[in-house]
Formats: sequence, C-alpha cells, structure tokens
Amino acid sequence: MKTNPTQPAPPKAEANRYVLQLFVAGQTPKSVHAINNIKKICEENLQGRYELEVIDLYQQPQLAQGDQIIAVPTLIKKLPLPLRRIIGDLSNTERVLVGLDIRNEA
Amino acid sequence: MTKPKPAAKSKPAPKAKPTSKSRPQLLKSPTGIQGLDEITGGGLPKGRPTLVCGGAGCGKTLLAMEFLVRGATQFGEPGVFMAFEETTKDLTQNVASLGFDLNDLIARKKIVLDFVYIERSEIEESGEYDLEGLFIRLGHAIDSIGAKRVVLDTIESLFSGLPNPAILRAELRRLFRWLKDKGVTAIVTGERGDGTLTRQGLEEYISDCVIVLDQRVSDLISSRLLRIIKYRGSLHGTNEYPFLIDENGISVLPITSLGLQHIASNKRVSTGVARLDAMLGGAGYYRGSSVLISGTAGTGKSSLAAHFAEAACRRGERALYFAFEESPAEIMRNMHSIGINLEPWVQKGLLQFHATRPTIFGLERHLTTMRKAVNDFKPQVVIVDPLNSFIIGNNVTEVQFMLTRLVDFLKTKQITGLFTSLTSGGSALDQSEVSVSSLIDTWLLLRAIESGGERNRGLFILKSRGMAHSNQIREFLLTDHGAELRDVYVGPEGVLSGSARLTQEAQKQAALMIRDQEVELRRIELERKRTTLEAQIAVLRAEFAVQEIASVKIIGQEKAEEAQLAQGRVDMGLSRKEDATASKRKSGPK
Repeated sequence: MKTNPTQPAPPKAEANRYVLQLFVAGQTPKSVHAINNIKKICEENLQGRYELEVIDLYQQPQLAQGDQIIAVPTLIKKLPLPLRRIIGDLSNTERVLVGLDIRNEA
Repeated sequence: MTKPKPAAKSKPAPKAKPTSKSRPQLLKSPTGIQGLDEITGGGLPKGRPTLVCGGAGCGKTLLAMEFLVRGATQFGEPGVFMAFEETTKDLTQNVASLGFDLNDLIARKKIVLDFVYIERSEIEESGEYDLEGLFIRLGHAIDSIGAKRVVLDTIESLFSGLPNPAILRAELRRLFRWLKDKGVTAIVTGERGDGTLTRQGLEEYISDCVIVLDQRVSDLISSRLLRIIKYRGSLHGTNEYPFLIDENGISVLPITSLGLQHIASNKRVSTGVARLDAMLGGAGYYRGSSVLISGTAGTGKSSLAAHFAEAACRRGERALYFAFEESPAEIMRNMHSIGINLEPWVQKGLLQFHATRPTIFGLERHLTTMRKAVNDFKPQVVIVDPLNSFIIGNNVTEVQFMLTRLVDFLKTKQITGLFTSLTSGGSALDQSEVSVSSLIDTWLLLRAIESGGERNRGLFILKSRGMAHSNQIREFLLTDHGAELRDVYVGPEGVLSGSARLTQEAQKQAALMIRDQEVELRRIELERKRTTLEAQIAVLRAEFAVQEIASVKIIGQEKAEEAQLAQGRVDMGLSRKEDATASKRKSGPK
C-alpha cells in the first residue's frame, strides 16, 4: 500500500475530491507505464484534490477478489461516484480523462 | 509423512492402479456424476481443462458445480468455482435445491466461490492490458484451499465485458496453459455459438476434452442430451446420451451400458389367476421375467395387473405399481369392484403406487424416477400400466430404448416386470404399439370378441419363453370375485363366447337332460318288463303246482286202484279155492 503523500490535499471536505486506486501486477513495463501515466494525469488535472493508491496484486492477491480485478493494470475511481474502472496502461490520456469524468469539468 | 499418506490418499489409488497394471492410461478425475464416469471411462482428463458447452439452460453450470462438489465431498479434491454470470448468492441458492450445501463447503474450505463482476459501462479502456489480475485471483483461490479442480463458468462473458478481443484471446490461451501447468482439472463452460461450439471458439484452445450438452424439445417434451465430442488420449462413448437433472443432481443414462448377462431364475410366480397359472405350464410367470399384457381398450389389462400385484403381496412380496393413466385411488376403487382389495396391502407397505402423467416429464426422467423408486422400495414385482402412454407423436424409438433399459434394469435385479400395453383398434393385435416383443418373455393378449351383438373378452398366450403353455383361447370374465377364465366353445360358427356361450351351455344342458330322461325311461320299461315276466312266471308256476298236485293225486288213485284190483284177484282166487301154492303164496308173506 503505497499511499502517495506528494499532495496532502488540504481541502478535505471538497466534493470533487478524487480517491483513486491503481492495481498492478509486479513491476512489468505495463505497470510502470501505468503508474507514470496516472501520476502525470493527476498532477496535471487534479492537483491537490486526489489520493492515489498503487496496489501490487502479487503482494496482496486477496485484494483482487474484493475489488473485482481481472485485468491489470486497473485504475479504479472510488470517489467521486459513480465508480469507474479504467483498464490498460493509461497511455490514452483522453480516455482516462473521460473515464475519470474530468473531461467535462476541465 | 510417508506412512500415513497412502492410507489417507486411498481414493486416488484406483486411478494410479491401471497405469501400473495394464497399459499406461490417461489419468482421470472422476466426476462422481452418475453415468458420466461410465461413458468417459473414469472421468475427465486429470490436470487438463475440459470444455463443456451448450445452449442456455442445458445444465452446464450444474454439471460443473456437481463436478466440484462431488470432487470436494467424495474424492477429497477441493475446488474453485469462478462464476462470471451468477453471483455467489444466486449460485448457492440454485444448487441448494440439489442438496449441495455450498456455504458449508466454503466454511470447511472445500470450495471457493468467486463471482467475477464485469460491468461494461463501468469499464474504460486506455492502452494495453492483460488478465494477470484474473490469474492472480484464481491462483490465490487455488492456493488458499489447495484446490485440485477449477470451474470457469462461462468465461466468454469476458468478451462482452472487456474491450479488445484480440488481447482476450491471447490471454485465454495463456490461461488454459497456465491451468494445465497448475495441474488442476478444470471445466470451462461456453455458450453455444452460431455454427460453432462456443461463441468465441473456445474449442480452439481447449481441445483435450469437449462435452456438448443439448436440450431438445420434441412434441412438447424436452429431453437433455450429452455427447462427448472429443477426448484426447482416451476411449469414450460417442453416442448422444440422455441425461437429466433431478434432486440428486445430474445423471447420464448410457443406453448400451448393460449387457445381456442376466441370471435366469427357474422359480415361478403366480399370476394371481389360478386358471391362468394353469395355462402357463401350471405355475405362472418366471420370476425375473418380463410380462406384457396387451389388448384393446377395456379388455381387462389393468385387472390382470392388479391380480398379479395382489398375488405378490399375498406371498409377502413387495409390489411397485407405476400408473400412468389412473390415480391410485381410482385403481383401488375400480379393482374393488372386481373383488381385488388392494388397500390393505398399501397400508401394510407391501404395495406402492407411483402415479404420474406420462407427459409430466421426458422419458429419461421417467426412467430415472422409476429406477430410483425401484432402488428405494426394492420390490419383487413391478407393474407399469400402461407402457404406450409414453408414446406421444413419433418417439417410438426413444420409448423402445427406454423400455430396453427398464427391462434390463429389472432383469438384473431379478424383478418380475409386468407391463400393459394398449393396442389401438384397427392395428394388428399381435403388433404391440411399442415394438417391445423381443424384450418380452411372456406375452398375454387380451382381445375383444364381438359376436351376437356383444363384446366379450378373450385371452390367449401369444408367447411364453421357456414353458409349455396352453395354445387355447379362453374367455376372460371379470366377476365380482376377480378375473375368471372359461373355456370357449369352438363350433362351426367360430369361437363362442358370452351369451352365445351361455346358450350353447344351456343347449348342451338340455340335450344332456333329454338323454338322461331317455335312459331313465328305458330303465323303467325294462323294470316293467321284468315285473310282468316275473308275474307270468308266478302264474305258470302256480298253475303247474295245481297240476302237479292233481297229477300226484291221480297217480295215487291209480296206484290204489291197481292194488285193489290185485287184492280183488287174490280174493277171487281164494274164493274159487285155487291150488295150494296159491294159498301158500298168500300166507307166505304173512
């Protein structure tokens, strides 16, 4: 569980605060890509109002069932609702933004 | 670890045996499903994936689930069920009706249920992905209970849930290889596709063993069929086998599994009708034989069947009565009217009725129900009344198969089976609707004899294997004290029965009486003659006596006269003073 403390995100009560989880399987190129991509997207679009957790399923395989993970990498947007999943290495930024419902906002 | 292991692993031992004893064979995982192990020669290929495909609602999930549950409970092989369509809760509820307590098995770490939830609308694709998550998830589940069996229930759902089929295909191929490497015996289910076995062509990836399930409806009755399309490295039954799902799960019915190896009993059982026993070589049916009573409507088939059932109960045997046209209450009431009281036997538990409509379910289901009832009740006598109600439309062949199996089953159990069959009017009498003749040992034919404005019943034995039987037609009467067989009259007008027979009997009676009277008359005449003769003799005798007396008297008189005459002469000589000699002679005798 590597909580990213880069942005402490002070305005906690904010409604459009993002809670994201990225599930990867080991340090494969795909995983590394995905991690880098999402960090970049978050920094550019959600600065200060997001929490990102990167979970390695090899370390915590039991989480796969609970979070309904099949494909990796999977990015889950837990908040704000509705829950969304984005699979893939997140190389297509446009799709990620649509998936995270940022596109309309931004 | 070395010592107790063989004892604890006693179950897999039989699988290992053939390898050492005979030719090396593919290791198999027994499914525990009735009949399936029989046609696969021991089960599914061990450590390999098997594809089970078929249309909606044909029992794929159930087959897979039963494979897992039986594995966990009977063969000590825990299993993982990965469901892509049904939630864990639904699955548990669905199979609970089959007596599988999944919650208990899950709690005892025998089974892991994992519902994979994929909602297309929630998923966005961005870039390359793989299914490593699924692998990890499955691997974790397998490792957590040491699973030996895995079911992936309709993995093709992934195609509708995840984008990029090309990736999926590659990943599935990898998955099946991975399953093989893991050494788990897996069942992968797939929905039937258009022109292909599965929608996504899974058969390309899983080619060790492919089982196709099908559900066919003909004449409103559906039957489920199972076929093994391929089974690499093993012999297998190639036919389509009917199977059914009942409260005990799946049972596949291999049609040809039974050989002709029944033992034959020399014991006889009474038919319940004394005269019929006499016709059948004096002793009735053979125990363990199959008896067919065929005839047109209302000729008394059921009555004969009831007689047989009652006779069995009287002997203290158990009789199982499968009724397909009447309810038990109706049968008992109707049989009561001919003096057969079945109720006490039902109460004593010697007689059991199973009444169902033939249309209620398919033939296979009927057969299994019957087999089960027979296995539970263990009867010596089984009655099926009537057979031909199974024939709906043109399923004659299927019915014949079913009967073969039923007859075989009963014969191996040494149960005497009595079947009735309705011959419809117009068709040849000795052609039973269900052409089961060759299966039948004793065939009684009941026919209506129409003559003189009435319809009477005639009975004769068409065949009876292994016994000298009567070749005569008997009139068959249903009286208030049971069925009775009477001789029929065969005259110039043909076979006489009913009132014609009665008339004939009366005529015969009259003729007999007249003859009796004539004899009596003659006797009286003779007596009279004798009396007359005797009277005449008496008269003659009396006359003779009178004459005799008279004659004797006359003789006496004659004699007296003669003496007197002689005396007279002497006297005369004396008086005439004859010579001395004469006087001496006279005094001499004095």
